[in-house]
Amino acid sequence: MTVAVENTITTTIHGDRVSLLRVLGPAHVWALGVGIVLVGEFTGWNFSADKGGALAALIVCWIVGLLYTSVAMIDSEVTSTVAAAGGQYAQAKHIVGPLMAFNVALFLVFAYTMLEVSDAILLGDTIVAKAGVEGLTHNSFIAATIVVLAWLNYRGVLMTLNVNFVITAIAYISIVILFFSVSPWTQGAVLKLNELVTPGNALPYGWIGVIAAFQFGIWYYLGIEGTTQAAEEVRSPARSLPYGTMAGMITLLIAAAMTWYVCASLMPWEYLGITYYPLWDAGKLTGSPLLENLLFVATLLAALASANGCINDAARAWFSLGRDRYLPSWFSAVHPRYRTPYRSILFLLPIALAFAFIADLNQAITFSILSGVLQYTFMSINIMMFRKKWPLGSIRRGYTHPFHPLPAIVLFCLCVVTFFAIFLGFGSQLIAMVAFYFLISLWFHFYRYRFVRRGDQFTMPWPKPQGY
Amino acid sequence: MWIALSYACWGISIVLALWMLYDWFKVDTTYSEDVLTSSREGELEAVSEKHRI
Repeated sequence: MTVAVENTITTTIHGDRVSLLRVLGPAHVWALGVGIVLVGEFTGWNFSADKGGALAALIVCWIVGLLYTSVAMIDSEVTSTVAAAGGQYAQAKHIVGPLMAFNVALFLVFAYTMLEVSDAILLGDTIVAKAGVEGLTHNSFIAATIVVLAWLNYRGVLMTLNVNFVITAIAYISIVILFFSVSPWTQGAVLKLNELVTPGNALPYGWIGVIAAFQFGIWYYLGIEGTTQAAEEVRSPARSLPYGTMAGMITLLIAAAMTWYVCASLMPWEYLGITYYPLWDAGKLTGSPLLENLLFVATLLAALASANGCINDAARAWFSLGRDRYLPSWFSAVHPRYRTPYRSILFLLPIALAFAFIADLNQAITFSILSGVLQYTFMSINIMMFRKKWPLGSIRRGYTHPFHPLPAIVLFCLCVVTFFAIFLGFGSQLIAMVAFYFLISLWFHFYRYRFVRRGDQFTMPWPKPQGY
Repeated sequence: MWIALSYACWGISIVLALWMLYDWFKVDTTYSEDVLTSSREGELEAVSEKHRI
């Protein structure tokens, strides 16, 4: 008992309270955002070539890049002001209201948990493909990925994101090495873009193919908004979050452009659109065993980094719901020694394992993308309300994004196009998911909200919004 | 080698999962629920940021 009391004293920061630990800097924010996303360059984006051809994959790379630049700018402004775990959930709670916040938190948990599942399946399948051993299944590798990363997250956020920084940097550098190894300045030596992408096959399905390609174009950047989940654990949220998020977005735009250029110059679009390993295949096609093995390892590291960041983010969103009693407050426990939301991490662990063992990659990816796009649609509305209720000058912002309301309008329009693209490919899943969120909203409104301490949930020391 | 690696993955997963369950039990029986769930949103924000322009 004496030990317990001593531990309590040495591990709390606000009297007898246990809080998440503020130890992160901009590099960790970068590692969280880019770590979650970079796996999309190693698999996922290339399915857009199957929908609309190689040129469509490039067009959506740019246009979806615009969508995510808007996301990063909007997110940076709001999060630099609402610096709380839960990210977009905390934003929605303060700016729109509890029902929107509850839905946004579910979008976040679904998007990140399903992305974690996809990463684990990808990692398992990649190892099985490399081994080529009969009877070897991916289950053990999936289990190890999810459990080891959950353990890492359980033990502390600083080590978790230090690991993410290192493995994300290695995976990123491997793309740069591949790019410069194929003499990108000399067409014809290794790269054959002018032979593989011709006016005849650049857009095989015309412009409707470009629209359809949006569904998988999201994979170039899906998850960069996850940086906001670290808001309560960064030392200087107003500086670190905008800096880390914007640096991450710039990094990803460069990686996406290099990835498309190398892959489209080495593989015909018919193959590029169906392979699960575009960058690993590109490494093989160079004929260099060193590059092949480097890209194999980088694919594994990218999947690990993404799953690691997803566990971090999903747990914080779930933890925030518990802290506000939108879910039982039992989930809001913080580990007194490691300062992590340990019950949320442990609760989501078997759910991720179950989905990883029973779902296939396509289903998991689709659920993740759908939840992500729902969240982006909310963000475009959220920033309009934020600027209207608290105009510039009324509260202190760590970052103010330029050209408002243009980024919000661009983001909303691109979300509508992406919904249409998803409807073309996965219409029934889209309708089922919207129905699920509608029903869960009814449950929250008519049953769960009675348990919420209504005054306690709004914590930002802001003036009253304009018009209230 | 790959089959051995596969068994090693199962082993590591089981050991770490058991360790987390043990630690969870230890923490929950050592500390009161009030302490464990005492985190409040925006606490540092309220202390350090006054939102004065």
